[in-house]
Amino acid sequence: MLQIFSSVMDGLLIGLVYGLAAIGLTLIFGVMDVVNLAHGSIIALGMFFLYLFFGAGLHPYLSLVPVAILGFFFGVIVYLIAVKRIISGPPLMSLLSTFSVSMIIIGIGTALWSTSPYNINFKVETYNILGYTVTSARLIAAVAAVLVTFGLYFFLYRTVLGKAVRAVANNREAAELMGIPSQQILAISFGIGTMLAMLSGALIATLFPFTILSGGVYELKSFVASVLGGLGNPTGALLGGIILGLIEGSVAPFIQISWTNVIEFVIFVLILLFFPTGLFGGRK
Amino acid sequence: MKFLKSPFFWIVIAVSLLYAVYPKLGNNITLRETLVLSAIYVILATNLNLMIGYTGYVNFGSIVFFGLGGYLTLWLIGGYGWNLYAAVLFAGVVTSLLTLALGFGILRLRGAYFALATIGVNEAVKDFVSNFDKWGGSEGIFLPFSTYKSMGGAVHALWTVYFLIIGVMALSLLLSWFIKRSKFGLGLFAIREDEDAAIVLGVKAPVYKAIAYSVSAFLPAVAGGLYFFKNGSIVPEEAFNLHLSIESIVMVMLGGQGTVTGPWVGAFLYERLRGLLLTTPSLSNFHLVIAGVLLLLIILFAPGGLMGWLYKRWARVRGVLE
Repeated sequence: MLQIFSSVMDGLLIGLVYGLAAIGLTLIFGVMDVVNLAHGSIIALGMFFLYLFFGAGLHPYLSLVPVAILGFFFGVIVYLIAVKRIISGPPLMSLLSTFSVSMIIIGIGTALWSTSPYNINFKVETYNILGYTVTSARLIAAVAAVLVTFGLYFFLYRTVLGKAVRAVANNREAAELMGIPSQQILAISFGIGTMLAMLSGALIATLFPFTILSGGVYELKSFVASVLGGLGNPTGALLGGIILGLIEGSVAPFIQISWTNVIEFVIFVLILLFFPTGLFGGRK
Repeated sequence: MKFLKSPFFWIVIAVSLLYAVYPKLGNNITLRETLVLSAIYVILATNLNLMIGYTGYVNFGSIVFFGLGGYLTLWLIGGYGWNLYAAVLFAGVVTSLLTLALGFGILRLRGAYFALATIGVNEAVKDFVSNFDKWGGSEGIFLPFSTYKSMGGAVHALWTVYFLIIGVMALSLLLSWFIKRSKFGLGLFAIREDEDAAIVLGVKAPVYKAIAYSVSAFLPAVAGGLYFFKNGSIVPEEAFNLHLSIESIVMVMLGGQGTVTGPWVGAFLYERLRGLLLTTPSLSNFHLVIAGVLLLLIILFAPGGLMGWLYKRWARVRGVLE
């Protein structure tokens, strides 16, 4: 019983981090109808940026700040180069252009760091709460994910810029007529989505070893989580991430770990088929 | 027999014969292996074009057909001693039927949702096969060397398989061409332009889409069977390699979606380029980067691909190259 409980708790904590990654994906889709196929490679890039700052002597959690700033500007640059021109084209175009960005990132990353695994080695405390053992890294990663999500909500609902983002997401032309510079807002939104992806990658890097190709797994998990929650709905994406983590945690004691992916993808396709707007409704 | 008068038909036949005869004449094995890859790329790109270029549905997971065809074929040959021809045909038909059933479901999704679902299907099948003990799990299936004996020894068998793959390539191109010329193809193009308008005008969109999806699965599945039979082994990572399915999209885009010649030329050029990048030591580390930059440039500046550019430049080309 305790084993199941701790497995579910572990799932919940990691689910929050999945949720953060999924929010990055769903925000970009919600604002500009672009499915960012560079998401996974950006997550991997976040892991390696953390690794670089950590290597330069910064504490991993302190390194999250420069990773976030780098992530934002990286996203803005990607938007300006690869997305801006094709934003109103058919979906194939944006899928392919973001995918080509992913190829470029992974290509350069492979040349720089090869595909061998890296890890962040730092002191991790272990707590024991009523027989349930949890590491400080897992707790902090989950708390950081929640804090960033709150920050995003504060930004979207309480700041002028955030309201402009939501206006552009709702109706770009109407927003433009109201004097909102939609191109800048789109660039900022893409930057924020990228920032969230990099942050989640950095948090994952504090938990597990990683390679430049690790992003792919988390990209697929982000897809599943954001589709579960309804593409374009950030709260849904977070809940989707939690559900995903709980599924992983609750089936882990009973079946081989490799089957969880099969279950996730079957759920993914079924949700797409029967609840295309997700369990919690589409974009808000 | 109107098609016999078309220059395009004879171009396809001539090039396929050239593919088949040229390496055989010099008994050039290296060239044959290069051309096998080239032909496989043409098959994948041409059939994928039926969905992307004709119907306007982006299939990101088209490689699942190839892998499933390979697995079914090797399983039937290795486990039940079927002969190659029966096995690949059976694999093609089964894959096609499965795809038809799947198509009625997931083709209700449009745009990005459909693309995501196809990725999901490929990954689900890959993870399933990796765990499926009957098909060897993550170890895959190996064919014993004795399998090739019934085909007159390994050397002879490999040549036979090579000719078959070239045949499938020719069939893919002709199929693509016939569909483009048919009323069915016209319906697909109508769906691509505006699905709702097409339905109003009497195109049975759900049926058309599902048939196009299923047709686009048949020849890749056969090709997968032949290819993995030639290799003698199959593993999930190689069979359901999502990367190859996206590379096929690059080929389609490079040549020009919606044309018959485009994916053909695109696949050929992409194979050449990839070979060049991989064998040049200073570039091999960056082959992914260069391919990525190339794709980005095509999308941003030449979304019509090579054929789009050619059509604009010399409109008369349209009469010869479909």
